[in-house]
This record gives sequence, C-alpha cells and structure tokens, in this order.
Amino acid sequence: MTEKSGADILIEALVDLGVEVVFGYPGGAVLPIYDALFQDGAGRDRPRIRHILVRHEQAATHAAEGYARSTGKPGVVLVTSGPGATNAVTGITDALMDSIPMVVITGQVPTALIGTDAFQEADTVGITRHCTKHNYLVKDPARLGAIVHEAFHIATSGRPGPVVIDIPKDVQVATARYQKPGPIQHKTYRPALKADKTLVEAAVDMLAAAERPIFYTGGGIINAGPQASQLLRELARITGAPVTSTLMGLGALPASSDQWLGMLGMHGTYEANMAMNRADLVIALGSRFDDRVTGRLDAFSPHSKKIHVDIDRSSINKTVRVDLPIVADVGHVLEDMIRIWKARQHPKPDLDEWWRRISGWRAKRCLDFDDQPDAIMPQRAIRNLYDATKHLAPIITTEVGQHQMWAAQHFGFEAPNKWLTSGGLGTMGYGLPAAIGAQLGNPNALVIDIAGEASIQMNIQELATATQYRLPVKIFIVNNQYMGMVRQWQELTYSSRYSESYSDSLPDFVKLAEAYGWKGIRIERPDQLDDGIAAMLAHDGPVIVDCLVTQLANCFPMIPSGAAHTEMILQANEVSGTMDDEARALV
Amino acid sequence: MHITQETSERHTLAVIVDNEPGILARIAGMFTARGYNIESLTVTDISEDESVSRITIVTSASAHVMEQIIAQLDRLVPVHRVIDLTVLGQHVERELALVKVAGVGDHRIEALRLADVYRARVVDATTTSFVFEVTGGSEKIDKFVELMREVGLVEVARTGIVAISRGKEAA
Repeated sequence: MTEKSGADILIEALVDLGVEVVFGYPGGAVLPIYDALFQDGAGRDRPRIRHILVRHEQAATHAAEGYARSTGKPGVVLVTSGPGATNAVTGITDALMDSIPMVVITGQVPTALIGTDAFQEADTVGITRHCTKHNYLVKDPARLGAIVHEAFHIATSGRPGPVVIDIPKDVQVATARYQKPGPIQHKTYRPALKADKTLVEAAVDMLAAAERPIFYTGGGIINAGPQASQLLRELARITGAPVTSTLMGLGALPASSDQWLGMLGMHGTYEANMAMNRADLVIALGSRFDDRVTGRLDAFSPHSKKIHVDIDRSSINKTVRVDLPIVADVGHVLEDMIRIWKARQHPKPDLDEWWRRISGWRAKRCLDFDDQPDAIMPQRAIRNLYDATKHLAPIITTEVGQHQMWAAQHFGFEAPNKWLTSGGLGTMGYGLPAAIGAQLGNPNALVIDIAGEASIQMNIQELATATQYRLPVKIFIVNNQYMGMVRQWQELTYSSRYSESYSDSLPDFVKLAEAYGWKGIRIERPDQLDDGIAAMLAHDGPVIVDCLVTQLANCFPMIPSGAAHTEMILQANEVSGTMDDEARALV
Repeated sequence: MHITQETSERHTLAVIVDNEPGILARIAGMFTARGYNIESLTVTDISEDESVSRITIVTSASAHVMEQIIAQLDRLVPVHRVIDLTVLGQHVERELALVKVAGVGDHRIEALRLADVYRARVVDATTTSFVFEVTGGSEKIDKFVELMREVGLVEVARTGIVAISRGKEAA
C-alpha cells in the first residue's frame, strides 16, 4: 500500500464516510487540504466532495447544521487555524446545545510552532473543549484516518454533537498509509441504545393507569430518525394521550393532529401549559426540561409522575426530578412501548374527562390576534406565508427572536426535519446559513428563512454564498424595526426603557437583494401580503421579502421568566406592572 | 433575590480515564464550566502500558449535584468509568505531605517528638531545619501541620487524596 499525504488521507476518509458536501473557508494552515481537494476533483466529471465557500466561518458551521438537521447526515466544516477556528466556535456551541451531528476540521500551525504564539495560532483544542462532544489534535499522520472515522462515529451516535479535528499543517503534508477501518469499537465510548425491559414495562403500566397523561417530546425524537416520529404517532394513536413538544421537537407529531396541543413553555400554547400543569403523568421523550419549557421549577407539573426517556444520562434529573428514568435511544423505547402495550392488550384508555378539560383551555384560542386594517400584524404575515406554502412542505429556518416564536406558533409542521432553528443557544444569524445548508441537502425543496431585520444582518454576507451556488433560498423578513424580543422584555421588566433595541439605519433590503443578484420584494400593507408571497414563490431564484409589520406587536401567549405555567399572559393588556428582581434575573 | 444552597456532603470519586493529552483539562474543566467544586485532585497513570490513568477527586455537593457530577463525568468520551467511593462503602484514603520545620534548641526536640507520635519520617535535616514526610488521612495531616506551626513551620507540600475501596474486589 502506498503512502499518501495527511491531506489525501483526510479526503479518502471523508469519501469513505459518505461525505458529499463540505462547508469551508480556506487559509494558510489548511492549504494542503484545499490543494488536495482541487487535485482530487480535477480528474473527475464532478468532484467526489463538493466544497461550498461561505463568507464567514460561523456561517460554515450553521450551514453544516442546516444540512445535518434537514438530511439526517452529519454536517462537515473545514476552516483554517486561529481566526478560522475561533469564528467557528459559535456554531460549534450551537450544535452542541441542539445535539446536531457535525465534524469540524480545523487547520493548525505546524507542530514545531505550536505554543510559540505563531501567526494565526490559537489553542483550538483548548478553546473548543467545552463546546464539543469530543475533540482531537492529530500529531501523527498514521493516526489521522482512524481519528476521522472515530470522530464521525462519536458525532453521529448516542446524543449527536460536534467533534473538532485539529490538524497541524505538517501533519497534512507528511505521508502515511491509510486503510478504511472496520466497524468502530471504541474503548470507552459506548452509548446506550436498548432500554432495560422492566423499565419500559413499568412505563407502559404507568401510561395505562394514568387519567391525565401527556407526551412531552423534544429534539431527541427528530434526532432518532424519521422512524421515531412514526412510532410516536402510533403510540399517541393507541393511547389517545395529548402531545406537546419543545421548540426543537416541532414536526414529530403533525400539527394537524387532533392530539397536538401546540408547543409548550414560555411562548407555548395555553392548552399545552395548562395540560402540563394539571397532568398526572408526563412522558418526556428526548426532551431535557430546559428552563424555557419548565418555567418556575417548583411549580412545574406539580401533580404528575414523570417518565423521562433520554439517550444522555446527564439530562436525567438535571433540573426536574423524575420517577422513572430510561437511558436509551428514544426510537427503540417507543418501539418497545408499542409492542408491550399491544402484547398486554391494553384497551384505549378512557381520557374523555381529560380531553374535556383540554377543550376548555383550547377554547381560549390563545394564538388569536387582532388584524389591523392599515398595518400587517406579524402573526398574519406568518399565517399567510404558511397558507401559501403548506402544500409544498417547505423547510423553514429562522433567526432568533419574536419572528422565531411567531413562526413556531403559527407555522404548522407536519413532518420532522422541516423546522431548523437555534433552540438551545439562541443564535442570531443562524437562519440564512442554515437555509443554505438545507437547500444544498435538499435541492428540490422550498427553503425559507423566516428572519427578523436585526438577526438577518448577523450573517447577511452569506447572500453571496447563495448567489454563487444558485441556491433559490427565500428570506422572509418580519421587519418591525426593533430587536423585538429584547424590546418585549424591556416592556415587561424594565418599564419600557427601550435601551438600544431600535433598529436604526436599516439597509434597503430590496436594493441589498439586487446588489447580490437576488430578487427583492417589499410588502408594506395588508393588501400586498399575498401577492408579495406569491411573487416570492414564483421567482426561480433567491428572494428577500422585506415585510414591514406593525412595530409594537408582541409575542403572546407568554409565561414570564420565573413564573408558573398557570401564570400565563395571554394578551398584551394583561401585562401589569413589572417583574420583581427574582424574575428579572431569570430572563 | 435569594440564591439557595442545599446541604452538601463530601464525596471521593475515582475516575478511570484513557491516558491521553488534555484529559486532565477536560475533567477539571467540566467542574469549572458547570460550577462544581474540587477540593482535591490527584492523577497518575496506573497501567503497565501507560494507557489508563486513575484520577481521584474529592468534592462536596448535595446528593442531587453529585448525581449530575457523576453523569457529566461519565459522558466524557475518554472516561472508562466513575466510581463514587463514598457511596460504594468502606474505602481507604491516604495523603502524603512534606513538612519543613525550622528551629533550634527545644524547638528541634519538640518537632522530633511530635513527628514520632505522628509517624512522620525525617527525610532531610540541617542544623536548623527538618523536612518530615507524613502519610495518612487528611485530618491527621491537618493536625500535624497545625502542631508544627507552633514549633516553627516553614513550608508544606501535600499530594491530595488517593483512595481505594476495601476488600478483595476492584471497585
């Protein structure tokens, strides 16, 4: 077997792992890899690995996340040392918080220069230790191939997450042998898959005996693959129990299902939060009791027994004590629960009384809003966008803020992997690069980034990336000229002192679109809304829609931070006074 | 606003890890990143082929936080296993200290007398100083250092705790 350079070994390993797309940005410390990519592609009809040149390394990571979340395949990033690696840190942290499988390859200065404060040197392994599932500094080219395979195994199995491989430039140049390894048997890393059967049986018994059960599902269901979402639908059907989810779990159960209560938590629905508060059994599936979901912990679902299924043992009992923990892949557990439920011939439980109470809460119609004759309500903009596109099953990405919550509330998701948003880290600037990644992974899909006018500017340079690769992504800006969620909290907690939350000096988004070769559309009045959306859909190429909405609308319902699920604010006029210090600190 | 604190208990953990670069930073960093406390930490390679290290960590936390500490340690990729020796049952804890004492006349005689009581060995002596080596539980060493302070304590170096379970089984 002949020897290859480290750079060639990397490419062979990526090809063996089925990698088709890499999002990256070149620089001094990765030039051997870029040259190897060039040479590998030169003799072929089309390159084995397609490199997508982003305009900022943060965008490379978000694009990889969008690709991963929409396709189920790991996202791969290639950036240079120093600033290349540090720019990637936000996206790496985002992927860790939302459990996205991602492998980030970073260049490093030559091994002899490590530690000398060399040009573009940063301690990438040290910096990323806390924001990766695992990371490597490769010092021996003979180990490189095995490390790349191991990194993909770790990134994609168990609770998925980002893995960094830092490769010094001399290791990229040095030669070694490469052989595709067999199945990975890691010495210490063995994620749990199957659950203890007696625990699952106990869960089924609890479910059969419950009078007021509720399923609380999270991103773990989506990560477990489309099959897990199908199994959730089946279990919900045979038990008749209501289902709510986290922000990350939208789409696991179709929004059109009668059993769907809407999202839970701070901006969740009244019925979901009341049902959670009154339930006698909570079945948490791949969800981790985030503070945005639980509200005040001592008032969270106080009367219920709790079953928690999670592949990550450290998620269990982290914030909420549970009665029955099951550490396993949620897909396997759902399969076992359905099998045991059927084997025991449980009849469909009589939950009529429970559903009667839920209907009472639903009758509040908590997502209703008042349309204005002269101004576009942001909720109206999202609803009409949904109505015009739902038959196309679009992939929706978002930035972070009010528009994100309105999208979560008013856009119905019927399937998993269609909703890509930054949940755990709450990263402004996520949506456009994530849309680019999703469009690359799903060339025929309609991909829309629902954005705010402030968030979109955080990675606006990526308009050029979409232009270069002819990606027909659509950006729908819900423009209220404020960092809306910041302003909303300033109203609630700081007596409407709008400190620095007004978006002054906004660009002309239509001209900006045109400058990058995109189509720009501005929607200013309610009567232009549907035509503007139709024009966006009709254009075979990237489009920015700048939809000017009423400036001071707020996102309700809302549970103020530090409040209980029963203390929900349904409408703006219910806001009374300001929060106390304790609540303010929790925001 | 109030920041509540639960009562904490002292636990001794043995963490068996792959002996790879940066592993100590990974373990110690998990504690600082999540706001947990480390009272003592010792680490060295324990295998013949230098592939596995044993890290002994003493920490104080509530039962709830202890559960989290163990789970968070356990999910680090290079960690083989985490053993809570305090929960497991009886175990032996030892620490080694080097204690330098200076003085003349009666102080020297007193230092030697106390060292004898504590089974501390003299490992260096000059006409005006001693270095004692003393091993035992941390409380014993605390007490010895306290006594030496009155005699003429100059400097102390301590290793931190190493611990192992009693009986014939590996933990």
